[in-house]
Amino acid sequence: MVFRSEEMCLAQLFLQSGSEYDCISELGELGLVEFRDLNPSVSSFQRRFVSEIKRCEEMERILGYLLREIQKAKIAVPEEDESPLAPPPRQVLEIMEQLQRLEMELSEVAKNREKLQRNRLELTEYTHMLKITRTFIHSRSRALGPQYEEFPTMETDSVTGCTGMQRLGAKLGFVSGLIQRVKVEAFERMLWRVCKGYTILSYAELDENLADLDTGEISKSVVFLISFWGDQIGQKVQKICDCYHCHLYPHPENDEERADVLESLKTRIQDLNNVLQRTEDYLRQVLQKASESAFTWVVHVKKMKAIFHILNLCSFDVTNKCLIAEVWCPVSDLANLRGALEKGSRKGDATVPSFVNRIPSTDTPPTLLRTNKFTSGFQSIVEAYGVGDYREVSPAPYTIITFPFLFAVMFGDLGHGMVMSLFALWMVLTEKNQKKKRSSNEIWVTFFNGRYIILMMGLFSVYTGLIYNDCFSKSLNIFGSCWSVKAMFANQNKTLQTNALLTLDPNVSGVFSGPYPFGIDPIWNMAVNRLSFLNSYKMKMSVVIGVVHMTFGVVLSVFNHLHFRQKFNMYLLFLPELLFLLCLFGYLVFMIFYKWLAFGARDSSQAPSILIHFINMFVMQGTDITGLQIFLVVVALLSVPVLLLGKPLYLYWLYRGGKGLRRRRVSLIKNIYSDTKSCAPRPLCASLFLLDFCFASLYLRQVYVYVCVLMGLFFLLVSELSEVLWTMVMRLGLRITTRVGVLFLAPVFGLFAVLTVSILLVMEGLSAFLHALRLHWVEFQNKFYHGTGVKFIPFDFSLLPSVFEQDGLL
Amino acid sequence: MPSLLFCGPKMAACGIVISLWGVIMLAMLGIFFTSKSAVLIEDVPFTEDDIRNDKNPPQNVYALYNQVGINCFIAAAIYVAVGAVSLCQVRLNKRQEYMVT
Repeated sequence: MVFRSEEMCLAQLFLQSGSEYDCISELGELGLVEFRDLNPSVSSFQRRFVSEIKRCEEMERILGYLLREIQKAKIAVPEEDESPLAPPPRQVLEIMEQLQRLEMELSEVAKNREKLQRNRLELTEYTHMLKITRTFIHSRSRALGPQYEEFPTMETDSVTGCTGMQRLGAKLGFVSGLIQRVKVEAFERMLWRVCKGYTILSYAELDENLADLDTGEISKSVVFLISFWGDQIGQKVQKICDCYHCHLYPHPENDEERADVLESLKTRIQDLNNVLQRTEDYLRQVLQKASESAFTWVVHVKKMKAIFHILNLCSFDVTNKCLIAEVWCPVSDLANLRGALEKGSRKGDATVPSFVNRIPSTDTPPTLLRTNKFTSGFQSIVEAYGVGDYREVSPAPYTIITFPFLFAVMFGDLGHGMVMSLFALWMVLTEKNQKKKRSSNEIWVTFFNGRYIILMMGLFSVYTGLIYNDCFSKSLNIFGSCWSVKAMFANQNKTLQTNALLTLDPNVSGVFSGPYPFGIDPIWNMAVNRLSFLNSYKMKMSVVIGVVHMTFGVVLSVFNHLHFRQKFNMYLLFLPELLFLLCLFGYLVFMIFYKWLAFGARDSSQAPSILIHFINMFVMQGTDITGLQIFLVVVALLSVPVLLLGKPLYLYWLYRGGKGLRRRRVSLIKNIYSDTKSCAPRPLCASLFLLDFCFASLYLRQVYVYVCVLMGLFFLLVSELSEVLWTMVMRLGLRITTRVGVLFLAPVFGLFAVLTVSILLVMEGLSAFLHALRLHWVEFQNKFYHGTGVKFIPFDFSLLPSVFEQDGLL
Repeated sequence: MPSLLFCGPKMAACGIVISLWGVIMLAMLGIFFTSKSAVLIEDVPFTEDDIRNDKNPPQNVYALYNQVGINCFIAAAIYVAVGAVSLCQVRLNKRQEYMVT
C-alpha cells in the first residue's frame, strides 16, 4: 500500500511493422501500460485493421454455436490453468478454416438427424394408427356382421386418397390419421355440422406421448377413423382434416394388407433407429473432439481481437514502416516495458527492434495504486467515493484499520464477531476453490470479494466485544467482578430480604476494589442503570474518536497542499480549519479526559457537566468561564471568516493581477484552475462563499453525526436486539423443567441461531457497515480527498471480459 | 436399499454449521450453568417459593442451576447426532454428484 498514487509518464512506442503484433501480445500478457487512442476522429469502420477484427468476430460466432451445441450434449469443456498465448497472424487463417469446417460438419449432421427423427415419428404414428384402427374395425364388424367382407373393393379414389367400397350404390370411404388431443372435440363438432351426419368418427387416445418435432413439446395424440358416404363428403372431410393439422395415413383395405404394412413398418423403424443411434454417436464424437480444444480457441480469439483493437488505436508514421503508439506507463515500469518490447521484437523476427521514447505531457495522467488481494477490497471501497486525483494522498492504507475499527465500535459483540470472523476465515481458506467455481450469484460474489474486509471487521468486533464485555448479550466474568455486594450490606439482612433492588455505593469501603482489568465489569450486565452508565461512556468515546479521525483528515490535507505547491491553501484553508476544530472540539476532548481523571468516586457529585460548560463558553457567561475559554472561542470565531472569505478573496486578487506577481500569475492561475473548487472567476466568489459557509457549520453537524451514529443508533439497537433475542427465544428453551421438555431446547437453539444470523449478523452488520462507510466518506475523506481522477486501466488480457463466460457457456 | 438422501447439498451444509455452533455454544452454556454463573440467573426457572422456603439456602437454586446445565448438555448431545446425520448427507450428496457427471 502506498502513500500516494504512482508517478506516470507518457511514452511513445515505435513498433516495427513486422513485429508489432508480437510486441503488443507481450504487453498484453504483462499488463503494464494503458494505450491512448491516436485516431479519435476515425470511425470504427474506417480503421486499418477492421477486416481482421471482422474475421475474429466471425470466429467468435462459430465458437458460440459450437459451445451451445456442446452444452446441449452435456459435455464438459476442460479448462486449463495457464492461459495460452496469442497465436501469430499466420495461424489465424488456420484456426479460421478449422472452425468453419467444424461448423459445416456440425450443421450437416444436425440437419440429417432432424430428418431422420421426423421420419421415425411418421412411421411410429402410422404403426399406432394401424393397430388402433384394427380394433375399431373388428369391434364394428362384431356388431355389423360379415357385411364388410361381402363387397369387393373398388378402385382407389385418388381424390379422397383412401379405399372406397361400394355398398348400396354409395361409396364408403375411410380417412384415418392422428390429431392432437386438445383439438378432438372441436374436430368432431365441425365434422358433424359440415357433413350433416354422413360421417362416422371413431377415435381412441394413444398411450404414448409423442414429441411434436416442430414445436418440440410432448403432447397426447388421438387416432381417429372417419367413415363416410359419397365423394363430396370425402372432399369436405379432407379439407377439414387439413385445417386441423392432422397427420393422415392411408387406410389398408383388409387385414392381410394391414399385417403386411405393419411388418414393413416395423423393420423400417428398426433400421431408422439404428441409423439414428449411429448419427447421434458420431455427433457426440465430433463434439467431444471439439470440446478438447474449445477453451484454447476461445482464449486465442479473445486475445487476437484485443490485439487488433489496440493496433487500431495506433497511428502510422510518415515512412509507413512502423506504428506509433502512445501509452501511459508508470515510471517504475519503464525497464519492464523495454524488456517486453525487446522480447516481442525477437519473436517477430524484426530487423530493427522496437523502442520506447518518453515524452513530456501536460495532460493529467491516470491514477495507479498497486494493490494485492488483501488491500484491493479496501481500495475499492475508497474508490467507490471517487478515484483519487493524480498523485493525491490516498486514504486507503488508513482505511484498512479505521474502517473495521469503526464498524467494531458499532457492532461490538464477542459472539457475533466470532461467527463473522469464522465465516470470513472459511472464505479466505477456500479462496482457490471458490475462484475456480466462478459463481454467477451476484450477492455471493460481492461477499466473497470482501472476504478480507469481513475478516478484519470480525476480528475487531471480537476485540470490542471483549471491551464492552458483551457475548450474545451476556457478560463474561473472566477476572472476577470488582464490586462486592457482601461488603455493602454486611450487617443488614433485613434490607437484603425486603428490597428487590439494591444500590451499591462505591464510597462504602470494600464495595469497589478497583477497576476491572480489561473491559467493562460483568456486574453491569445485571445492573438496572446499565444503560445510563454505558450511554455516557459511549457518547464521550465517540466524540473522542470522531474528533481524532477528523483532525487526522485535516492533517493529511497538508500533504496534498504541499505536493501541489499551493502554499496559500495552507494558510487559508488548513490553518483556520485546524484552529476551529481544535479550539472547540479539541478542548471538548480535553475536558472529557480531564473530568475522567480529576474526579473520583468521592467528589463525583461536584463534577461539573461538560455540556453546560460548553454552552456557557459559547454564550460567554457563567461562573466557570475564565480567560482561557474566552480566548479559545474568540480564536475559533475569528477563523470562520478566514475560512469563508480567505480563499475566494485571494483568488480574486490574483485574477485581478496581484501586485508584483505578474510573471507568475499565469502559471499560478493555471494551477488554481486545475483545482476542483475553481471554475470561472465571476461566479467563483459567490459560489465559494456559500460553499465555505456550509463548510464551517458542517463541523458541528459532523461531530453530532458521529455521536449519534456511533452511540445512539447502534449501541442501543444492536445490543438491545441481541438481548431481546436471548430473552424471547433462548430463555423459553432454558426455563423448561420437565424431563421431556429438554428436547425442546435443541430446536429453540436452532431458531436462535438462524435469527441471530439473519437479523443480527446480516441486517445489523450491513447497516453498521454502511454507516462506517458513510462516516469515512463524508467526515474523513471530505477533509482532504478530491476523488476526481481517472483510474489507470492497463491493457491486460486477464482483465478482458469473456463474452462466453457472461453467457454461462464456459 | 432406497436412497438415504433426503436433503440437498446446501441444506446439509447448513445442518453441519448449525450443529457445530450448537455443540460448542450449548456445551459452554452447560459449563457456565453448572459453575453457577450469576449472569445467567434470569434463565434459571426458580420461583419465590424456592427462595423463601429453602431449608438449606441456596441449595435449591443450585439444584435448579445443575438441572438446566444438564439440559444444555443433553441438547448438545442431540446436536452431535444432528451433525453426524448432516455429515452423512454431505458425503452422500458428494457421491451422487460424482456418479452423475
